Amino acid sequence: MMSASTEAAQEKGSPDFVVAHHFDKADTQFDAGRLGIWLFLVTEILFFGGLFCAFFIYRGWYFDSFVEAHHHLDKKMGALNTVFLITSSLTMALGVRSAQRSARKETVGFLLATVLLACAFLVVKYFEYTHKIHDGLLPGAMFHAQGFTTQHPGVFYAIYFVMTGIHGLHVVIGIGLILWILIRAQKGEFSSRYYAPVEGVGLYWHLVDLIWIYLFPLLYLVG
Amino acid sequence: MSRAVTADEMDVEAGGKNYLNAEKGIVSWLTTVDHKRIGLMYLVSTLTMFMIAGIFALILRFELLRSGQDVLTPGQYNQAFTLHGAMMVFLFIIPAIPGGLGNFVLPIMIGAKDVAFPKLNLLSLYLYWTGAIFTASSIVSTGLDTGWTFYVPYSTTVSQTSVIAVTFGAFILGFSSILTGLNFIVTIHKLRAPGVTWYRLPLMLWAIYATSIVQILATPVLAITLLLLILERAFHVGIFDPKLGGDPVLYQHFFWFYSHPAVYIMILPGMGIISDLIAVHSHRRIFGYKAIAFSSVAIALVGFMVWGHHMFTSGQSELSSTIFSFITFFVAVPSGVKVFNWTGTMWGGSVAWNTPMFYAMSFLFLFTIGGLTGLPLAMIGLDLHLHDTYFVVAHFHYVMMGGAVIAFIGGLHHWWPKMTGRMYNETTAKIACGLIFVGFNMTFFTQFFLGARGMPRRYHTYLDQYQPLHAFSTYGSWVLGAGLFLVLFTFIHSLFKGERAPANPWGGRSLEWQTPSPPPTENFHKTPVVTHGPYDFATTGK
Repeated sequence: MMSASTEAAQEKGSPDFVVAHHFDKADTQFDAGRLGIWLFLVTEILFFGGLFCAFFIYRGWYFDSFVEAHHHLDKKMGALNTVFLITSSLTMALGVRSAQRSARKETVGFLLATVLLACAFLVVKYFEYTHKIHDGLLPGAMFHAQGFTTQHPGVFYAIYFVMTGIHGLHVVIGIGLILWILIRAQKGEFSSRYYAPVEGVGLYWHLVDLIWIYLFPLLYLVG
Repeated sequence: MSRAVTADEMDVEAGGKNYLNAEKGIVSWLTTVDHKRIGLMYLVSTLTMFMIAGIFALILRFELLRSGQDVLTPGQYNQAFTLHGAMMVFLFIIPAIPGGLGNFVLPIMIGAKDVAFPKLNLLSLYLYWTGAIFTASSIVSTGLDTGWTFYVPYSTTVSQTSVIAVTFGAFILGFSSILTGLNFIVTIHKLRAPGVTWYRLPLMLWAIYATSIVQILATPVLAITLLLLILERAFHVGIFDPKLGGDPVLYQHFFWFYSHPAVYIMILPGMGIISDLIAVHSHRRIFGYKAIAFSSVAIALVGFMVWGHHMFTSGQSELSSTIFSFITFFVAVPSGVKVFNWTGTMWGGSVAWNTPMFYAMSFLFLFTIGGLTGLPLAMIGLDLHLHDTYFVVAHFHYVMMGGAVIAFIGGLHHWWPKMTGRMYNETTAKIACGLIFVGFNMTFFTQFFLGARGMPRRYHTYLDQYQPLHAFSTYGSWVLGAGLFLVLFTFIHSLFKGERAPANPWGGRSLEWQTPSPPPTENFHKTPVVTHGPYDFATTGK
């Protein structure tokens, strides 16, 4: 029997890519990686699921507080950030497509655009946070803003800061991951034969975007 | 068994090179991506934790020998039972079977060279070690006295102990567990050798698969819960603090949404081991293969819908309690399916009374008691009386120790020759099994009576009327401890003095027995092609 790796090299050969010893061929390795990423995304959804659950419970209990507190969020900045993230998802998707088409320069360009949009998101978030902290619109015991007429705005800000904070952390990690594949793309490691890491990071990035798509209306618009 | 001979012959041809002696030195172990070495390191680590947490248990039982204060102050007692529980759950039972035995046998059983993501597998182990250091650090700092459940608001506002270190440790351990589960699911889906169809998977792997599903679906919820707990304690964000509008019952919902399914993370792999043990040592095709396989999946799914039965007295609504109680009874159905099928497998089989079979018998007996005593606890009316008594303590020790741990030790004996290439002394192994069985029942069956008579758990002293039963339980713990140390002795003796193990000492039909003991680094000298099921004993003429 021909050794598995030679067979794979003939079938999917790429100078920069070697099939790991325990896979029979490149396709299996690619499929395995993709399944792994999807399973990881499932865990992410459950991770945020707990927070969404907490949001709905406390919104039900302290509806008036939530309505009052959410008026202090900056809808324009939130909307701007939504535009940034959705656009970044588009550039990411285009980046994956370019990688699949072996277009190295395009891939690098789209990935760079994604990173810049992600950074813009964080800059806006920074101004929002500074503003909230300055006004004392803070979680639980740290809440000290004046002029609130309802009982528990602190619970709203607890959920706001924890959810957007953890989401922001995901954006930071995402920037790191995109820079990593950007450098690899620059070196010409990806081609139509091998683009799994670009696709994997892309899927992660879309999830980060998707979570924001829920956070923005729930926190900023309906409250 | 012509194939077994071939495997032994291949071993000779390969010059005795195997995964243990292929590379040498501590660095080669710490940087290995070989699932067998990682599995072995998991086993050594988890068994060390088992010993530490077990010594805590012996100290607790010694304190309870007489009423009043003997060796521990009430505060120290609280810390000892907390660390006993937290370390047993997070550092031993949850990772031991999947991380240790699962890692070792899973790729071999499907004819693969490794798990799908070997580096991720090593990362899981490092995360486990990191989490273990955080958790164990509390022993030398201020301890932990919240109980292994870290209930708020005590853990966030009252306790003066290292809550953050331990919960952060558990948070990290959660990621280790998630990554292991993810790795195993992908491996089973993508790396089966030619001919290994889903229905030719050993039942151990169906159980591991079901466990992995629970690991990746439930553990993230624990992660966010513990993160919120840490934020609550550090910054008083108010999500769980009633003074700030938060809800401590929400913490319990989150916690048990993970921790009830986690019970199945602990017991399901044990059930998988037992399926293999009984079939192999009875030399008979397993009775009801599909029933056992799908009952594992059923337990995993039903397990997600019963968490509220931990909270009958916590202030959830009566309607919720009723629904949770009702669904809880359904867990008994797939569990019963398994027990009857295991019994059916032995019927007409050619049972070889090897040590693993003794553990399988112990499991059947103890797990059945553990399962049946769960039913009265699922009844709301009875639970109101039995809640937080020794009845609950006895019940979960019967399931966790009598079930999961006994299965784990049985599995260790079963795969020991494969892992180390050495046989162990059957006589001392059987005596140890007997001591464990007797000691376990003395310790914990007594506690059913204690609980039914009203002895509450987590107290360092008690009324005089409970003294004889407590003393008896403590004597039992000594027998149990002696049995476990004898297991340790048997294994250490085997490593140095044990006979060389053949490739297939038990006459098994699944793939791990068709390769030398210990296996070569790449598991098989040639990728196997499978043409029969894992339990097709009919052709062996046994």
